[in-house]
Amino acid sequence: MSSIEERVKKIVAEQLGVKEDEVQTEASFVEDLGADSLDTVELVMALEEEFETEIPDEEAEKITTVKLAIDYITENLA
Amino acid sequence: MSDAGSNDATASDTGKVALVTGASRGIGRAIAERLAGDGFTVVGTATTQAGADAISGYLQEGGYQGCGMTLDVADQVGVEAVVKGITQRFGAPLVLVNNAGITRDNILMRMKTDEWHSVIDTNLNALYRVSKACLRGMTKARWGRIVSITSVVGAMGNAGQSNYAASKAGAEGFSRALARELGSRAITVNCVAPGFIDTDMTRELGDEQRDSLVRQIPLSRLGEAAEIGALVGFLCSDNAAYITGETIHINGGMNMA
Repeated sequence: MSSIEERVKKIVAEQLGVKEDEVQTEASFVEDLGADSLDTVELVMALEEEFETEIPDEEAEKITTVKLAIDYITENLA
Repeated sequence: MSDAGSNDATASDTGKVALVTGASRGIGRAIAERLAGDGFTVVGTATTQAGADAISGYLQEGGYQGCGMTLDVADQVGVEAVVKGITQRFGAPLVLVNNAGITRDNILMRMKTDEWHSVIDTNLNALYRVSKACLRGMTKARWGRIVSITSVVGAMGNAGQSNYAASKAGAEGFSRALARELGSRAITVNCVAPGFIDTDMTRELGDEQRDSLVRQIPLSRLGEAAEIGALVGFLCSDNAAYITGETIHINGGMNMA
């Protein structure tokens, strides 16, 4: 089983169409990885599916970087 | 319904799911039958169980896939439950036809707050509710069609219908904004604005009123519900993939822009 970090980075790479090695932990979806607002919504949808959870809108809006996504999943699912 | 030929629906014959609100009779029924004939699995909604049963009945009679469900589009919880139910039973709806609508006519000086709000809530706020509930499936599929049925009254105005005209013009602005949001996902968002169509609603008019209406229409007749169905069917087909943010008028020429 891959770690949460690896799974999150894989999803980010797939959703945003970037290479996995570009997905640095500190990367911002919008500023560093070229996501637009619709991309970020879809990214959260994909994370919800991967981790079989529902992320409330008010939490989802705060997930703007790879690290914040990993932290959210770790805190809420681990 | 008259048979105007089916669209060359190369994508729509794959059993995609279409949700049509307000489908028990009139224009909504003609749209549901058309989409079903074009190969979509159709879920039609009505506010009453009798309406939902009628939808299941005509779909079954036609040998089509799909069924009727009860839904009040003014009820947020109900909207979410119905979209979830459709997704579980048939798959996520990738076609949404916002057809359910009401009128509460009155001149503004006599209009009650409730008459204003109920029309805005059912005709306009429902677009927010139902469209939003369907977007997850469409963005995931990278394909979608949202068609909202508006009215010639949204463009021309009509005395006694300030609430209705506002709701329909609002729906058109909503659709243009949403078309821009979703274009990159191959989801098109359009409106169809009928003029006077031969339905229960227009049959309630007196002969005199009806005759005076027809005199304003260059094609000298009311429209057929099936003609609206054919246009919506086209907009939902792959042939219409490059049309978005548009309002298509279908009114026999009574209001040419």
